[in-house]
Amino acid sequence: MSTTTPPRARRRGIGSAVVAVAVLAVMLFPLYWMLNTALQPGTGLASLDPFPVHPGFGNFSRALSSQGGNLLTSLGIALGAVAICLVLAAPAAYGLAQLRIRGARSIVFGTLITQMVPGIVVANALYNAYVDLHLVNSYLGLMLADASLGVPFSIVLLRAFMVSIPGEVVEAAMVDGAGRFRAFVRIVLPMSRNALITAGLFTFLFAWSDFMFALTLNTTDDVRPVTLGIYQYLGAHVGDWGAVMAVAVLSSIPAAALLLLAQKYVAAGVTGGSIK
Amino acid sequence: MTTTAPVTAARPAAPGAARANRTARRRRTLLHWAFVAPAVVYMAAFFGYPLVRNVLMSFQHYTPSTFFTGKAPFNGLDNWRTVLHDQLFGDALWHTLVFTAGSLLGQFTIGLALAVFFSRRFPLSGVVRSLLLLPWLIPMVVAGTVWRRLLDQDTGVLNRFLDALGVTSGHTPWLNSPSMALLSVILVNIWIGIPFNMVILYGGLQEIPRDVQEAASIDGASAWRTFRSVTLPMLRPVITVVLVLGFMSTVKILDLILALTDGGPADATQTLGTQTYQLSFVRLDFGAGAVVGNILILVSAVFAVLYLRANRTDFGTEGK
Repeated sequence: MSTTTPPRARRRGIGSAVVAVAVLAVMLFPLYWMLNTALQPGTGLASLDPFPVHPGFGNFSRALSSQGGNLLTSLGIALGAVAICLVLAAPAAYGLAQLRIRGARSIVFGTLITQMVPGIVVANALYNAYVDLHLVNSYLGLMLADASLGVPFSIVLLRAFMVSIPGEVVEAAMVDGAGRFRAFVRIVLPMSRNALITAGLFTFLFAWSDFMFALTLNTTDDVRPVTLGIYQYLGAHVGDWGAVMAVAVLSSIPAAALLLLAQKYVAAGVTGGSIK
Repeated sequence: MTTTAPVTAARPAAPGAARANRTARRRRTLLHWAFVAPAVVYMAAFFGYPLVRNVLMSFQHYTPSTFFTGKAPFNGLDNWRTVLHDQLFGDALWHTLVFTAGSLLGQFTIGLALAVFFSRRFPLSGVVRSLLLLPWLIPMVVAGTVWRRLLDQDTGVLNRFLDALGVTSGHTPWLNSPSMALLSVILVNIWIGIPFNMVILYGGLQEIPRDVQEAASIDGASAWRTFRSVTLPMLRPVITVVLVLGFMSTVKILDLILALTDGGPADATQTLGTQTYQLSFVRLDFGAGAVVGNILILVSAVFAVLYLRANRTDFGTEGK
C-alpha cells in the first residue's frame, strides 16, 4: 500500500504517461475518425462534427445490408484457414522440435525462407494451377491459400515452444502403450495450449485481413470476403463514405476484440514471430 | 538468427544388427516423417511450386484465351524483353525502392524512439503500448480506405485541420497529384509499421541488462552517449531482425497501394507488386507478370543476403 516512489520520480512518471496518451491519440486518430464518420449518417462530409454528438446507425444498417454476407464469408474462410493451418503446423512443429528427423534443419530454414516469397508471386502461379484444379471461386481454394499466410509463422512459433517440452513426458505415455501419435494428441497438444491459441489467433487475423488472394483467386462474386467487398464498394459508391467507414469499422472488429480480450496472446505472437 | 537444435546423425548400425531391429527403426523413421510430411508437402505446393512455375511462366506467352484453350506456348525471352524495355517497369522499380527505403526509415526511427520512451516505467505504459498495435492489426485494405478518406483533397479532415491552423492554404492534393502521391503512400505505410517496430525493439531493450547501462552512466557517460555506444550495439541483433522482416514485407506491398491510389495517379505509385498484379490479373498477360514477379523475388533475396552478410560479423562476436 505504501508507495516508496519519491515524489519527483512519480511526477516524471505522470508526465511520461501524459506524453504516452498524446502519442496514442495521434496514432489512433485515423481510426477514431473512421468511427466518427460511420456514426454520423446523413451528414455532409464537410460538416462532420468532431464528435458523434447525435450518433445514428443508418450507415451501419446500410453497411450490413450490403456487406453482411461478405462478413460471414470472411469469418468462415478465416476459421477454415485456421483449421487447415493448425492441423498442418502442430504435428510438423512437434516433429521438428522433438523427433530426430534427417533434414529437420533444412526444413526449418525453408520455413523461414517462405517469408521472402511475395504473395503476388504465389497468386500468379496459383491462379493457373487453380484453374486446372477447379479451385477458382471456391471456398476451399481460398481457405487453402489463406492458410499459407499462417503456416510458416505457426510452425516457427509452435516449434519454439515445443522444444522446451521434456521428451520424457511423451516417452512415459508411450511406455504405457500409447502410440507416438496418441501421445502427441493427449500430452503435447494440451501442454501447448497457449502457443496453439496464439498461432490460431494470428492465422485468423492474417486470413481475415487477406485481400490479395481474395482479389486474384476469385473472378465472380461467389466468394467475396469483406476486404474485397470494401474495395469494390469503394469503387462503386465513392460518395457514400459514411457506409464505407461503417464497413471499415465492422472489419476492424476482430483486431480490436483481440487487443481487448486476448492481449497476452497478441504480445506472445508479435514477439514470437520475430524470433524467426 | 535461429537456434536450431543440432540434427543428430543417425547412429551407425552395429555390424551384426538384427534385421528386425532395422525394420523397427525404419518404421519409426517413417512414423516420425509422417508428422512433418503434410506441412512439407503443403509448403512445397504453396511456396515452392509458385517459385518454379513463375520462372517457367516468364518464358511463356499467355493471352486472355489461354484459359479456354489451355495453350501458353514458350516464347523465349520475349516477355523479359518487353517488360525490361517498358518505361513503366523502371519507374515501378524506382518507386519500390523509394517506398521501401522511406517506409523503413520512418517506421524504424519513430518505432525506436517510442521503444526507448516506453522502457521508462510509468503508469499506463502497458495499456498504451498494446493499444498502439491497432493500426498494425487491422486489415491493410481497411487502413488504406480510411486514409483515402482522411487525405481527400477537398473534404478530408487532414486538409481541413491544416487549413484551420493556417499551415497550408488551399487544398493539398495528397493522393491526387503525381508528385505527392508516393510520399503520401509512404507516410501511411509508416503509420502502419510503427507499432511492429516499436514492440519488437521494446522487447529487445528489455533484454539488455539494466546494470550495463547504469554502469556506463556512473562512469560519466551522457544519456545520448550511453545510448549510442552501449544500448545500440547490444540491440544490433534485434535491429537486424526488425529491418530484414520489415524489408521483406514492405518491398512486396500491394494491398495498401491498391486501396489508396490503385497505382495512380498517372502510375506515380506503381510498384513491382502492383505492376505484377496489373499485368497478370488485369491485362491477363501472366507471362509478363511473372517476369516482374521474378524480379521482385530477386530484389528481395539480394537485399536480404546483403544485409545478413553485412551483419554477420556482429553475430560472430556475439557467439563468443
